[in-house]
Amino acid sequence: MNTLATPHNLAPGVLEGKPELLPTRDGFGKGLVEAAEANKNIVALCADLAESTRIHWFKEKFPDRYVEIGVAEQNLATVAAGMAAAGKIPFIASYAAFSPGRNYEQIRTTIALNNHPVKIVGSHAGVSVGPDGATHQMLEDIALMRALPRMTVLSPCDSTEARKATLAAAAYRGPVYIRLAREKTAIVTATDAPFEIGKASLVLEARDPEIGIIATGPLLYQALRAAVERQDDVAISVLNLSTIKPLDDRAILDLASRVKGIVTVEEHQIAGGMGSAVAECLAAHHPLPIEFVGMHDRFGESGEPDELIARFKLDAKGIGEAIDRLLKRT
Amino acid sequence: MASITEKQVQMIEEKAADIRETIIEMLVAAGSGHTAGPLGMADIFAAFYFHILKHDPKNPTWDERDRLILSNGHITPVRYAAMAHAGYFPLEEAMTLRKFGSRLQGHPEREKLPGVETTSGPLGSGLSQAAGMAYALRMDGKTNHVYALLSDGEQDAGNTWEGAMFAGKNRLHNLTAVIDRNNIQINGMTEDIMPLEPLREKYEAFSWHVLEVDGHNIEAFCDAVEEAKAIFEKPTVVIAHTIPGKGIKEIEFDYLWHGKPPKKDEAERFLKELRTLRGKIKSEHE
Ligand SMILES: Cc1ncc(C[n+]2csc(CCOP(=O)(O)OP(=O)(O)O)c2C)c(N)n1
Ligand SMILES: [Mg+2]
Repeated sequence: MNTLATPHNLAPGVLEGKPELLPTRDGFGKGLVEAAEANKNIVALCADLAESTRIHWFKEKFPDRYVEIGVAEQNLATVAAGMAAAGKIPFIASYAAFSPGRNYEQIRTTIALNNHPVKIVGSHAGVSVGPDGATHQMLEDIALMRALPRMTVLSPCDSTEARKATLAAAAYRGPVYIRLAREKTAIVTATDAPFEIGKASLVLEARDPEIGIIATGPLLYQALRAAVERQDDVAISVLNLSTIKPLDDRAILDLASRVKGIVTVEEHQIAGGMGSAVAECLAAHHPLPIEFVGMHDRFGESGEPDELIARFKLDAKGIGEAIDRLLKRT
Repeated sequence: MASITEKQVQMIEEKAADIRETIIEMLVAAGSGHTAGPLGMADIFAAFYFHILKHDPKNPTWDERDRLILSNGHITPVRYAAMAHAGYFPLEEAMTLRKFGSRLQGHPEREKLPGVETTSGPLGSGLSQAAGMAYALRMDGKTNHVYALLSDGEQDAGNTWEGAMFAGKNRLHNLTAVIDRNNIQINGMTEDIMPLEPLREKYEAFSWHVLEVDGHNIEAFCDAVEEAKAIFEKPTVVIAHTIPGKGIKEIEFDYLWHGKPPKKDEAERFLKELRTLRGKIKSEHE
C-alpha cells in the first residue's frame, strides 16, 4: 500500500483489490425500509420494476404504503407529486432511462417547480447495465437532473453509501434524485463513514499530490485502483463526489489548490455530467487542466458489464491513460 | 373466408417451431434476456415473416415493403429468430445476441440491424411511431401497410393512447396494431397491476375496429389481419390472446419467466419438448 497516501474511511480489502461486492440498488432497498420504519409518511411508488429496483423489500414490509403504477413513468412522477402535495414523502423507482428519462417534464413542473419532496430513484444507470444495450443504459440523467433548479442529485459510490443517501434523502426537505446501478460493485466506503448531502469526501489523501481524481458512483473503485497502481510514479489524491448537486465547491477547490490537474471519472456522458459540474466550478474559481473520463458523445451497447467498462475506457486502465494525458499537459 | 390454405398453415406452424428452437438457443448463448414473451409471439412472427408481410430479406430497405414496428422491444429474440429463418442474416449470427459488437442488441436498434425499422425497448412509443409512418405513407399516396406490434403491459403507458387517439382521428386504415394479450407484465398479472379490461371497448371508444383472436391459431390470425385490410374507415387492432412461454409447459403462463433466460440443462429439456411439438404439427395436418 502507498505509504505516501492516507486512506480515509475505506472498507476492508479495497486498496488490496479484494473488496466485498453488492449492487448500489441493494443499499437503496435497505435504506428505504429503514427510513420508512422511522417515518410513516414515506410511501413508495413503482412502475412495474419492483424487484429490479429493490423497492419490493418496502412492498413486502409496508404493502399498504406501496402504490402500483404499471408501466407509466409519467403517471409515476405526477401521482407522486400529488401525494407529496397531500403530505406524503414519495419515493418513486424505475430505471433511470425511464425515470427521469421519460418523465423529465413532469419532474420539472410538478415536482421541482412545485418544490415537492419526491425522491426520484433511477436504477440501472450507466453502461454497466450490460447486455440490455443502449436503450437501457442511461447516460444523460445527471445532466437532466443537475440542470433542474431545486433538485438535489446524489450518486452513491457503493451499496453502503446508497443506504445512507436514501436515509438522508428521506430526511431532506426538497426533491432528490438518487442514481443507482444494476451490477454488483465494490463496497468502497466503511460502514461508519460519515455521509452528508452536499459533502464530498477525500478517500485517498496523498501528502503532496500532483493529481486529483474526482469520481462519482461505483467507478470510484476504479479510480482508487488507478491511484494505487500509479503510486510509485505519481502522487494522487482521490475525492468521492457522491453529491453532484449542490456541489461541494470547497472540497473541490481545496483539492485543486494542491494539484497540477484533475481527472474526473463518471459513468455518464461527458456533456453535462459530473465532470462538467467540476469544470464549471474550476473555470470560475481556479482554472486547471482537466481530463474527463466518461462517455464521449456516444451511446453504449450490449456486452458484459466489465467488458463495456473496459471498452469505453472507464476502468483503472482507462483512468491511467487519462492520468498520462494530464501529466503531459501539466 | 379463409385467406390461407392448410398447406400454408402447416408451413407457418413449422416455421414457428424453428423460431421457438432458435429463441431457446439464442437465449442460452446470451445468458440473459426474455423468454416468455418471445415464445408466446412465435406463431404470430412466423405468420408475418412467412405469409403476411410484403418484404424482401435481401433488401431490407426496399421502398415497397410493409413496415413491422415492434414496440415491446424486449421480445426482440423472436423477431431476430424470424428474420434469420427468413434469410435476413445467417442463423449463426443469431447466436451473437446481446454480445459486444453484435448487430443483435439486447433491445433492437435501427442503426445496427437493417430491417428492424425502429429502436425500441422503452415501452409505449411504438404505436405513435407506426401511426406517424402510416400517416406519412398515406400523404404520399403509398399503399405499404404498417403493422404495430404491442404488448399488453405497455397499454399502461399514456403514449400508447396518445397514438391510438391520433390514429383514430386520422382514420389510418393502413395501420394495423396487434396486441400480445398474454396477461403478464413484470410485477405480476396485468389485471392485478393495472387492469386493462375492457380492452376491446377502450379501443372501440378511440375509433378503432377491434378483432380478437387466439394468437396461436395461425389461420384465425391471418384471417383477422386480412379483414383489417378490408376496413377502410378505421385503423384495426387485433387483440391476440397468447400464452406467455407457449410451447414449453414449464414456462407457460408464468410471469416469472418474463425476463430470464433458460439455463443450459433447462434448455436441453425445452428443446426436446419443442421437437415433439414438431411431430404433432405433422400429424395434425395429415
Ligand atoms: C418505459 C418503460 N418502462 C419500463 C420498462 C421495463 N419493462 C420491460 S418489459 C416490462 C413490462 C412487461 O409487460 P409486457 O410488455 O406485457 O411484457 P411480457 O412479460 O408480456 O413480455 C417493463 C415494465 C420498459 N422497458 N420501458
Ligand atoms: Mg404481457
